[in-house]
Amino acid sequence: MNLYAEARAGALIVTVDEERLDAAIAIRFKDRMREVTMQPSQRVLLDLSRVGFLDSSGLGAVVAVMKSLSPERSLELVGLTPNVERVFRLTRMDSVFTLHPDVDAALRKGMRHAG
Amino acid sequence: MLADGSQPLRGGAEPSPARPEAKIFHHSFAATPFAVRTALRTALARFLRQLSPDEAGTLELVLAEVLNNIVEHGYSETEHGTITLSLVRDHRGLSCSISDDGVELPPACLARSIDKTQRPEPQALPEGGFGWFLIHDLVEDLGYHRANGRNLLAFRMPVACPPVA
Repeated sequence: MNLYAEARAGALIVTVDEERLDAAIAIRFKDRMREVTMQPSQRVLLDLSRVGFLDSSGLGAVVAVMKSLSPERSLELVGLTPNVERVFRLTRMDSVFTLHPDVDAALRKGMRHAG
Repeated sequence: MLADGSQPLRGGAEPSPARPEAKIFHHSFAATPFAVRTALRTALARFLRQLSPDEAGTLELVLAEVLNNIVEHGYSETEHGTITLSLVRDHRGLSCSISDDGVELPPACLARSIDKTQRPEPQALPEGGFGWFLIHDLVEDLGYHRANGRNLLAFRMPVACPPVA
């Protein structure tokens, strides 16, 4: 499970460096997210732009991470590829996440909220 | 086991000017999450040239949901068991069948028009229960048969463009 975290502009940016977020790694993804989000930050931006495939197990894992952070902290999703976006759309789970096209756009949005 | 119905016979007098499109994929593999990954990759590679990116993504999602359900529930994550996946390309699209020797599929998964009230509600932040709804939403002619301790699930995936002759 390749996952990197970086603090930038008041947000914790977590990049999933995996082609697939599926049943094979869903549990490890949750474990690694628990580790990297020990670093305090109100906003957690999950960059999924390198993930080309997500199944319902992967979706469930992302939801679980969101629930483990709430209500004090937010999990926002960045850079959904078409196959990943499709799963969020079909399950209507796109309605409960804040989505951003890329990290820069996500950070700009944060600045606007702060100002 | 791999079988490819598109391979020209060796030693045939007829030269094949262009590689014919694959029509059949047949593969048996261990009921583990990583074997499922490999099977999906191999199956998708076989039909990739005949599918739009959207169709390929939908096919991979449906197959992943079906196969991972078998690993997780059919064989209860024991990783002891075999799954057989067959895909056949015809003029109507892709015909898919999956067989395994795991436990019987609960009838609720198969209800022709699956109970919409059971659909996970986004606001409740569900962590599961999406799989069968995705399958029912995306496939046609879903059928199930159990005989001699063996499950057979079959369905069609609509594919827009006709196969290249």
